[in-house]
Formats: sequence, C-alpha cells, structure tokens
Amino acid sequence: MSAPGTIVSALPAQRIAGLDADFWRRVLIALAVMIAVLLPWAVSDYRVFQFTQAAIYAVALLGLNILTGYNGQISLGHGAFFAIGGYAAAILMHKLGVPYYLTIVPAGLAAFAVGVLFGLPALRLEGLYLALVTLSMAVATPQFLKYFDHWTGGSQGILLRKPAAPLWLPIGRDRWLYYQVLIVLLIAFWAGSNLLKSRTGRALVAIRDHPISAAAMGINLPLYKTCAFGVSALFTGIAGAMAAIVTGFVAPDSFNVFLSISFIVGSVVGGIATVSGAIFGGIFIQFIPNIANQISDAAPWAIYGMFLLGFMYVMPKGVAGFIKERAIRYRQARESADADEAR
Amino acid sequence: MTAALKIATDALLEVRGVTVRFGGIVALDNISFTVAEGQIAGLIGPNGAGKTTAFNVLSRLYKPSEGAVRFAGRSLLALGAHQIAGAGIGRTFQNLALFRSMSVLDNVIVGAHARGKSGFLGNAFRASLGRREERELSETARAMLTFVGLDHLAERPIASLPFGTQKRVELARALASKPRLLLLDEPAGGLNHEEVAELSGLVRRVRDGLGITVLLVEHHMAFVMGISDKVVALDFGRVIAEGPPAEVRCDERVIRAYLGKAEG
Ligand SMILES: Nc1ncnc2c1ncn2[C@@H]1O[C@H](COP(=O)(O)OP(=O)(O)O)[C@@H](O)[C@H]1O
Ligand SMILES: [Mg+2]
Repeated sequence: MSAPGTIVSALPAQRIAGLDADFWRRVLIALAVMIAVLLPWAVSDYRVFQFTQAAIYAVALLGLNILTGYNGQISLGHGAFFAIGGYAAAILMHKLGVPYYLTIVPAGLAAFAVGVLFGLPALRLEGLYLALVTLSMAVATPQFLKYFDHWTGGSQGILLRKPAAPLWLPIGRDRWLYYQVLIVLLIAFWAGSNLLKSRTGRALVAIRDHPISAAAMGINLPLYKTCAFGVSALFTGIAGAMAAIVTGFVAPDSFNVFLSISFIVGSVVGGIATVSGAIFGGIFIQFIPNIANQISDAAPWAIYGMFLLGFMYVMPKGVAGFIKERAIRYRQARESADADEAR
Repeated sequence: MTAALKIATDALLEVRGVTVRFGGIVALDNISFTVAEGQIAGLIGPNGAGKTTAFNVLSRLYKPSEGAVRFAGRSLLALGAHQIAGAGIGRTFQNLALFRSMSVLDNVIVGAHARGKSGFLGNAFRASLGRREERELSETARAMLTFVGLDHLAERPIASLPFGTQKRVELARALASKPRLLLLDEPAGGLNHEEVAELSGLVRRVRDGLGITVLLVEHHMAFVMGISDKVVALDFGRVIAEGPPAEVRCDERVIRAYLGKAEG
C-alpha cells in the first residue's frame, strides 16, 4: 500500500489569532469531548445506544489505522480480533463470573497475543498477499467460533446480563454504558495518539514509507511490525469486549466477513493514516447502513455503495484528511492575505 | 611487515576478501581495503563496478558469500541491518531514500532512532524516559539541520523540497545517529556546480568539526580527488588501485577502466 499522503507533523508551528496551532488543536479536542459528554441528553435512548456502538467501532478502527494506515500492513481481517475480544470478555463473565469492567483489559491482552502470533507470519507477506491472508482469517472466524462450542456456546453464542447503572445514579442503562465506553475511548485515543507522536510512532511510519532506509536508521523491522500487529489487535480486541458488554450477546455470525470489510471501509472513509479519522469512520459504519435503509427498504446496499462512492469522491483522503487539507489551505490563504496587507 | 600490520589493526574499517554474487554475476570479487579513523576515503569506479554493493555489505543489506568486515574492532557480519546504526555507521543512499510523508525534522529525528530506547508501552503512556528522549532526539536533529544549513526548513514536508535540498536532509539524517563512520553514496550526484562546491566544504566539516570518518562513493572525479585522503578504485568488482588520490589518478589500470567506459 502506498503512503496515503499523511501529514505527520508537517504543519508549521503557526499562530492563529495570536495563539499557536497546538493550542487550537486542544480547543477542538475539548469541544469534541464536551459535545460527546452532552450528547446523551440531546437524543433518545435508542440513539444513545447507537452512538455507543459508533464509539466502540471508533476504538476498533483506531487499532486498524495504526496497523494499516501508519505501518502499511493491510488487514482485511480485523473482525477476527474484534471477535477474540468479544468472546474473551463473554467467557470471562459467563464461565468465570468476572465482573464486566474487569474483562476489558484481559480481552485486549488476549487479542494482543493473537495479533503478535499473526504478525510473525505476516512479516513474510506484503500488500495484496497480506490482505488475502488476513481476509482468510475473517472468513474462518465464525466457523472457528462454532467449532470450539464448549467455550463459545457454538452457533447459539453466549447470552450475557447487560450491566445496569448503579442505583444512586439516575441516568438509565444506555447512558451509563455510553459514558463508560466514552471513558475507554478517551483513554484509547490518548494512548494511541501519544504512541503515534513518539519515537515508536515515527518508526512505524518510517517502515511504511521506506523499509530499507528504516532498517539503516536502526529500526528493528520484525520487532516493530510484529508489535504493531499486536497493539492494533489490542485496540480492536478492547472494542470487541465492549461490544459484547453493551449488546449483552456474542454469536459467531455477528463476526462475519462483512464486519471486517466494514472496518476497512470505516478506516478509509474516516482517514486511514489519522487518529481522528477513526471517529468519523466509526460514525460512518454505524449510521450509514441505517440511513441507507431509511432511504430505500428495497436496495439499502445500493444506497450504501453510493454513499461510499460519494465520500471517496469528495474526500479521497478520508474525512480527517479532508479537514486537515482544508485547515492548511485556510492558513495559507490567511498568510498570503496578511502578506498582502503588510505590503 | 610490522608497519603493514600496524595499519591493519589501526584501521577503523577493514574489509577483507569480500565476495558478493548475484546468481551468475560476481558483483564483488574478493575485495579488501581499509579506512583509518579520521580519514576521508573515496571509493571510485565506473558504473556497475560494485561500489553500491560494497556499501550494502557494510549496511548488512547484502550478505557476502565470503570475506570479513571489521569495524572498530568488531565483526560487522555478526550484526543485523538494524544494528549497524547503533554500532556507529551512518549512511545516505544513491537514490533518495527519505520518509516521504514526514516533515524534514521528523526525517532527521528518525535518523537518531538508534540513540533512543523508549518502547511501545512507555510511549503510549508518556513515560518520562520517552519524553526526555523526545527532547534530546529533536535537539540533536535540529542541531544537525543547523549543521547542514537547513534549520529554517525543519517543519516543511520533505516532498516539497528540491532534490539538492533533500540530499542534504539525508546527510543530516545520517549524522543524527552521531556515527563514527559515515557512508555517502554519490553525494554529488544530481547536484549543480555550486552545490558540489558547498558539499566539499560540508564533508570536510563533518570530518574536522564532528570528528567523523567518511567513506564516499563518487563519480565526480574533481570532487572526490580534491577531498579524499585516500582513494580505492574498483572495476568489475575488483580493487584495481588503493592509495593517495595523486597516485590513483595516474594509475594505468584506473585510467584504462575509465577510458574504456563512455563516462567517468
Ligand atoms: N540486488 C541486486 N541483484 C542483482 N544484481 C545486482 C544487485 N545489486 C547490484 N547488482 C549488480 O552488481 C553489479 C554492481 O552494481 P553496483 O554495486 O550497483 O555498482 P556501482 O554502484 O558501482 O555502480 C552490477 O552488475 C549490478 O547489476
Ligand atoms: Mg552505485
């Protein structure tokens, strides 16, 4: 996969209205968090549940973006890591009686372990070959889950008790779940963006941009590529665990190939080599199928396809890439306007 | 005899009997040469002589079928490609090999990767080691950009810069690991007259100011003869001359090798 024209830190440290760009970035993040906190009080319970799922998808997509967007390893099989996280949480709760909030970290670690195991053979594969092998993982997932029915409950799946809000908190179950997912999302995005801005993140991008040169700079390719697979799976596995908790149910057929394809669609539509793109992608894969259904009962997938085409036509670098580009252009326009004034 | 031995043990880099084959082609045929600490050494030869292949052996990108390479008293062939920078060898590439989505500064910071230690977990949770490193690495990177005269372009996307400037960024990136030995593969390639003159001064300052030994591959004869303390000439994968530039320039086999080809 060629580098999707990312802007890692190419923005000059410029000032807008006397304050630097980093300040404005923080303001935007604070605003977004505020909207996310207030959102459940502006919409119905059903919508709150939908936004919870969009947030869960966003965490899953962040994992995929790290691997495919930043490190250049294509995965068409991330639904499998979502399933591993979901089933790990479900089995811990159902079979071992672990409280739901204690299942998220172990579920993520289980996905991490499988991700690392998968990352090892992936070292020998590139581009389309890796895409096909990960796709085969997605294809096989439901059958694997059915096969180990002693643990997974076979095709029936596992039914879980949905956690209720504590009695002293009069907010209802949906909002309670929403806020817990939001907290996990904030931690995940904080850690993810720290990682990508660091020595490690630059090494991941260097490997994607020019592997030979990256090795000559001292970057241990097998180590970083394998860890990228593991960390990516960790995020997606955590998302899977949250999905199991909020829907109160896991079954093999909810982790089919289409889920994996939806993930890559969401990543690309949101902006695959960005952090914030995962949020837009999560919203896309949660809401666009519904909207398509509302527009046409008869041919919802045709409508979905048209949405997809429309998004990629207008924003080929994804929603986040589009916003970044606009911001740069706006700045350049202001700069030249300022320069004209000074003349 | 004793003098020869002394030179051999004093050498910072010692290539001995290295052979590299690609299928039927013998790209390097039993080559040996040394580079002493503090030298600027030139590796010359017509196109296809095996110069880049020799660099790729030193970078551990190619594995020689025979021979040994010692650097600062240790065997390089025991190391992996990613351990070469940490061992003290930096390099640039014949064709630009920058990280094209990154800014100039980030490119150079990646050059200092081998000087850092922080990992996935510490970086994700902003542990103090990672933050301190981040400061140190970006200070080193900025210093190197200043050294090559490009500090004012630090924040620019690398892809937006002209070829000659990108080559200088590559040099800064190689310097960011603070190497003992710097390998430059055709640093003057594609540069204009002025840029070549500037480059000579820059390479001298790398040796004199930073104390880094330099081994450079070059086609540009005036440049390489003017700057090198010693020159090694290759032809068809063999060393045909080794010595001071004035001697190598007059060597019959070197003249023949270059006259036999269309271009020098
Ligand atoms: N990766 C490779 N695979 C096959 N042949 C190669 C490879 N690299 C170099 N060669 C061959 O080795 C010989 C030396 O090439 P090279 O070292 O690039 O020469 P120079 O840098 O001196 O121009 C050439 O004949 C070239 O075709
Ligand atoms: Mg060459």
